[in-house]
Amino acid sequence: MHQSILTRQRLVGIFLIGLVLLYSPALTLFDRAAEWGGIPVSYLYLFGVWLLLVVLAAITVEASGE
Amino acid sequence: MLSTKLLVLYSLLYLGLLFAIAYWADKRADQQRSVISRPTIYALSLGVYCTAWTFYGSVGRAAATGVGFLPIYLGPTLIAALWGTLLLKMVRISKTQRITSIADFIASRYGKSQLLGGIVTVIAVLGVVPYIALQLKAISRSFTILQSYPDVELAGTVEAIPILQDTALYVALLLAAFTILFGARHLDASERHEGMVAAIAFESIVKLIAFLAVGIFATFYLHNGFGDLFDKAELAGFLNPMIADDAGDYGNWYSLTILAALAVMMLPRQFQVAVVENSSEHHLRRAVWMFPLYLLLINIFVIPIALAGQLTFAGTSVDADTFVLTLPMAHDQGGLSLLAFIGGLSAATGMVIVETIALSTMVCNDLVMPGLLRRWKRVPPEADLSQLLLRIRRGAIIVILLLGYLYFHFAGEAYALVSIGLISFSAVAQFAPAMLIGLYWRGGTHAGALAGLVSGFGVWIYTLLLPSFAKSGWLPAGFLDHGPFGIELLRPQELFGLAGMNEITHCLFWSMLFNIGAYLFFSLRRAPNVHETTQATLFVDVLKHERPMGIGLWRGKAEIKELFGLAERFLGAESAHRSFRQYAARRKVQDIGGLPADAETVHFAETLLAGAIGSASARVMVASVTAEEALGLDEVLHILDEASQIRAYSRELEQKSRELKAASRELKAANEQLKEIDRVKDDFMSSVTHELRTPLASIRAFSEILYDDPKVELEQRRRFLGIVVSETKRLSRLVNQVLDLAKIESGHADWRSEHVDVAELITEAAELTEQLCHDRGARVICELPGRPCVVNVDRDRLMQVVVNLLSNAVKFAPQDEGIIRIRLLEGAGVCRVSVSDNGPGIPLAEQPYIFEKFHQGSGGSEKPVGTGLGLPISREIVEHLDGRIWVDSSPQIGATFTFELPVKGDSDQRVRETDVEKSPDSG
Repeated sequence: MHQSILTRQRLVGIFLIGLVLLYSPALTLFDRAAEWGGIPVSYLYLFGVWLLLVVLAAITVEASGE
Repeated sequence: MLSTKLLVLYSLLYLGLLFAIAYWADKRADQQRSVISRPTIYALSLGVYCTAWTFYGSVGRAAATGVGFLPIYLGPTLIAALWGTLLLKMVRISKTQRITSIADFIASRYGKSQLLGGIVTVIAVLGVVPYIALQLKAISRSFTILQSYPDVELAGTVEAIPILQDTALYVALLLAAFTILFGARHLDASERHEGMVAAIAFESIVKLIAFLAVGIFATFYLHNGFGDLFDKAELAGFLNPMIADDAGDYGNWYSLTILAALAVMMLPRQFQVAVVENSSEHHLRRAVWMFPLYLLLINIFVIPIALAGQLTFAGTSVDADTFVLTLPMAHDQGGLSLLAFIGGLSAATGMVIVETIALSTMVCNDLVMPGLLRRWKRVPPEADLSQLLLRIRRGAIIVILLLGYLYFHFAGEAYALVSIGLISFSAVAQFAPAMLIGLYWRGGTHAGALAGLVSGFGVWIYTLLLPSFAKSGWLPAGFLDHGPFGIELLRPQELFGLAGMNEITHCLFWSMLFNIGAYLFFSLRRAPNVHETTQATLFVDVLKHERPMGIGLWRGKAEIKELFGLAERFLGAESAHRSFRQYAARRKVQDIGGLPADAETVHFAETLLAGAIGSASARVMVASVTAEEALGLDEVLHILDEASQIRAYSRELEQKSRELKAASRELKAANEQLKEIDRVKDDFMSSVTHELRTPLASIRAFSEILYDDPKVELEQRRRFLGIVVSETKRLSRLVNQVLDLAKIESGHADWRSEHVDVAELITEAAELTEQLCHDRGARVICELPGRPCVVNVDRDRLMQVVVNLLSNAVKFAPQDEGIIRIRLLEGAGVCRVSVSDNGPGIPLAEQPYIFEKFHQGSGGSEKPVGTGLGLPISREIVEHLDGRIWVDSSPQIGATFTFELPVKGDSDQRVRETDVEKSPDSG
């Protein structure tokens, strides 16, 4: 029971990370017409953050066991 | 070539395959070998979120706004992280109360209100039917486009086609038939459709593969990877890497995210797959990351396809919404085009099937049922209503799909259809305040929820739906530009002069302001009543209880026959029998007739019915066959959690006060002990001073005699001085022993540890006391074993003990006839030494005190001969060496002092009482 509460709280933490990375002025840092390896920085950033959130959630949930 | 016949054949084959999967999954479920019991299947079924609007429309939006389409998927990704509590709550509530739709959920939360359920249903139908129309349009249009393969030409406008020749009509009818097969073949009390879920999960895989295939084709076949494609697009001026919109504003970015995050939980189809069809709470864990991963994968190639399409079709009028299909066609990829078509078909059919099933449940339970219940008050219903229920659902499915078709037919290419995705999202987002606030706040009332929903929905109609009609030419354009009746302040998309926002953000702001505002205002006007409080507690506290609550919340008279009859009427005889038999088995009752008609049974019957006709109608029906006594608010509160919380709290208080009492008892005991120790110390001090005074007195007396009278005879003088010397010796011995005892007791004594042979030590002690024995004429007999007996002790201290016991024995032995026996025994891990004398013995009454300080053996001589500290010191030493010492004595026969020490190697092992019995020796 305690483990599942901890997992839920970690997930809320991940939600907050996503909120800060995608919906705060942090976003504007990457919202510019620059490229990285031929790919616009904004695309790399958005999909990178997205992947990060998925991976964090997967680790949090699957590592917590049944 | 792809002929029409071939396309129809492929489409039918695909739908047939879907149905085969659903049929197989249903069969497996009947055999208790469910295929959807896997968390991955659950996560995939949530992919029904991605409709044809995603499959085709995302590319269109990306072509127009760059990454502007992403919030539609980032919102769900973020909110998914909160599903661990949010969705878990919804799932658990729905399982315990057998809630089968979002209308039922909201109605249930605010006291099982039929009115609320009806309003939610109306909003859902009005908001979602155009969205179904969009799916029909996507299917029909992709069909038309692919028919002309390999020519890419724009599909003609559909309005020109007479209804009966319109593929979309047949698509709608075909889908209605399939939806009935998937969702309304038979009546299921819990409204779960395992076959449908399996088919939907399969569709999620198909559309993902199709989209990825087109994306890989566009990126790596038409161009040399992402970098190459982006370079070319930038040169051609198609690349738009900015996240902010053209005005540099993020308003859209935020509002679309909020909207999508709400919609992914409030859309009827999402509620259906995520909550109603959930087969295990554990599945949520997988969905928390796998659903966002699915969204991520299906979005990776949206921008590349949009850019590749713009590059390919530069200068033509090909609609970006069709790129997924037309891009492979333009490059003569027949197979890939067909795959793209099937992908789009799967996205559209998945949405239509689930959405229609969800809506038909709502229409049946929350719109038709209340009407029927009212009619049945006047006209008694027929016996078996289960077939009627099925007919209502099937009818609702057909009507909803035909409504969708009609909207498509009349709206066609109009703005009102093209932009319906977000408009639809905005409509269902109106459920969010009543739903989500109601999950965490007990204060929300029926009036609040009603006011919030109605005002939010009203604002939605005024700021989004009517303007979309105006933009489609169905309303005068002046309505948009100058407001109704020319009142500029009421312009629907610049309400109260609020300008500079896009229409979606504008609607989201105003509708949520009115919705939440009205919800809070009307909720706070009065306290929740009994029904609202009951349901609020059951919803808000659902995670706090392992067992479902709410069973004790009914009081009245009921007949089991009536309840069973009710269930039989709505569920059919067979299904009702099965459910009641299972329940009877749970209650450990032989047959259904023997069930007690108590609160638990009434609760069971009502929940069972709720699965079939919705909670609000179930409540009305059960109330019609039972005589319920109204519970007061206080009683409900008492039964419910708050009372139990108070009980838990008072239990905690009791526990605390018990602990306090125990602690104070311990403190008292400790205090008593301290007082006792203090008293013992005082006694000891007075004993010591008393003992010191006696020899001092005689020393002083004799010294004074000698001092005062110089003429004392020599003989006399010598005797007196002898007494003074011996009393001085006794005095110093006493002082030494007091110091010694204090040292041992306080733990400050130095203890050496060495191997000592006790037999040898006894021999030596006997030699040391030889003179003393000789003086008294006593005989010492040593009975020692032949072999050494080694213990690990401080030799000097042990010697002190043995000498002490020996000299005591000598002291009390009769003059010239004394026999002192020293025995050494070894065995059972201990070494036992006993010293016996044949003196007067110790009276039984004195034996317990013999080892106390300053206790003087009174037997024999009239004047005490020792200091009274020898035995206490001996006991301290023996006990310090992990041994024990005791006395056995029979008056007139003698006394035996015995001590035991653990032998070497067993020094850490305590002497066990059972191993060594007290010596019966006495001699």
